[in-house]
Amino acid sequence: MTEPNMAVSIAGVTLKNPVMTASGTFGSGMEYSEFFDLSKLGAVVTKGVADVPWAGNPTPRVCETASGMLNAIGLQNPGIEVFCERDLPFLRKYDTNIIVNVCGHSEEEYLRVVDRLADEEGVALLEINISCPNVKQGGIAFGTDPRAVEEITRAVKARAKQPIIMKLSPNVTDIKVMARAAEAGGADAISLINTLTGMKIDIERGRFALANRTGGLSGPAIRPVAIRMVYEASGAVSIPVIGMGGITCAEDAIEFMMAGARAVSVGTANFRNPTVTVEIAEGIRDFLVRKNIADVNEIVGCVR
Amino acid sequence: MTAEGVMQEDMAGEWGLRIRSVFMVKEIAEVVYQSEIATDIYSLLLRVTFARDAAPGQFVSLYSADGSRLLPRPISICETDTGSGTIRLVYRIAGKGTKEFSGLKGGDRIEILGPLGNGFPIDEYKDKRVLLVGGGIGIPPLLYCADNLEEPVFAVGYRSETYLLEDLKRRGEVHVATEDGSLGTAGNVLDAIKADHVKADVIMSCGPMPMLRALKAYAAEAGIPCYVSMEERMACGIGVCLGCVCGTEHVDEHSHVNNARICKDGPVFDAKEVTL
Repeated sequence: MTEPNMAVSIAGVTLKNPVMTASGTFGSGMEYSEFFDLSKLGAVVTKGVADVPWAGNPTPRVCETASGMLNAIGLQNPGIEVFCERDLPFLRKYDTNIIVNVCGHSEEEYLRVVDRLADEEGVALLEINISCPNVKQGGIAFGTDPRAVEEITRAVKARAKQPIIMKLSPNVTDIKVMARAAEAGGADAISLINTLTGMKIDIERGRFALANRTGGLSGPAIRPVAIRMVYEASGAVSIPVIGMGGITCAEDAIEFMMAGARAVSVGTANFRNPTVTVEIAEGIRDFLVRKNIADVNEIVGCVR
Repeated sequence: MTAEGVMQEDMAGEWGLRIRSVFMVKEIAEVVYQSEIATDIYSLLLRVTFARDAAPGQFVSLYSADGSRLLPRPISICETDTGSGTIRLVYRIAGKGTKEFSGLKGGDRIEILGPLGNGFPIDEYKDKRVLLVGGGIGIPPLLYCADNLEEPVFAVGYRSETYLLEDLKRRGEVHVATEDGSLGTAGNVLDAIKADHVKADVIMSCGPMPMLRALKAYAAEAGIPCYVSMEERMACGIGVCLGCVCGTEHVDEHSHVNNARICKDGPVFDAKEVTL
């Protein structure tokens, strides 16, 4: 058969394939560029960037759990100025879409970053992080209240030059309510799931494994939860859904797409296999060939 | 990606932070030999393509064959043999991952990423009297350091049971401390350094945090440079996740806060530069 179409579209932005990186697991791509050509990705989603540098949480910040890991990095980042001067020029060298993940403690802080990015060339989309479980204010505080989700979405949408993706938290009773709130606020797309809040205790030392006590659980352990939520959210809204949560191989990515995701993000798996993202893109293509499917968009939400 | 023909260079950063520019290799290593050299301490010989690119104080990431254990285990390089293309790792069983590694036998295969991190500033002090200080499982990387120095002196601390002692003695003068006093000075490694009146031009060290803290103070008093190899829970091992940071005196180059990445900017730091 002829080569299947792998391109997907998110808010008018064409991705050459549906595979992108999950924010916080890929930095700005510099370290991974030593392993493969970033141009092979549908998009690079950067680590969350705030208006000023954030120091993050005390260590230990990470620990392994069964088929997963907990992290409480606390969004350490160099701030938007350094990001624009150093990270963006680096990413512009690649033929991929740049999606900047934006974080803040308050609406004003989110907007400062959004404003600063307005005239930056090559930024295709903004992903607004309202779901980080590891910062005291902002982050998840916005992402677990539907009114707050709608308000922050509306405020960002009013100022952003680029289309916006609202990144949702799974730490809610009903993900459909949050998805609809983001859509009502004017989001161009939603992405989910961020990490699930978890905890681990080191029984030998009788202490919390993480200095922050709680952290965000990621990895294959959370995948069935993420699949269910992507299925529910994509059924509740008409804007595109970007699915993530424990994807480690093409089969996982295809599962998310069949549940309703237009594109997928790969996160924790990068830590185990630095080239996993390109392997997943190739694996999706091979699946389409094997199943005689001409266009990857045909599998999006095909299980209902 | 292969290690063939890749140059290494040490670049002096603004604050004396040394970043080693080298391509990492992710590959499948062959186990040549493994043995238990002390209780729960294993010596693992691996055939890799990057043996000649690895510098003293660098480390590798080993990956579990069990997919439910996602994260690599960082282990320092104890020795390399460029002739046979092997590296030796000496590690302690600290959990399920290292327990799994301890079962590896000659001919087995294991996923590896390396070499990682910056390593010790060996070249700067090649002809100096270098005091290599190790505590417990921090001792192994000192062997590889010594192999590149003209006059290495060791000060090593154990709880009770010793290991690698013969390997150390073959390379230089050794001062030993044991917590229970079963060998050498009773107490910690600093007690041995003081009891034996050990003098040196520079200290290079690896071991538990209280030891590094004490050495930093000792070196400051003696007016000699001190380099410490740091340890922290890691996830990616290549500077992406920002899991393994340590506090620094100056603003770090990556995040412009005061947090250096131990896996990428370290693991070796000038003791004056890090908050211990």
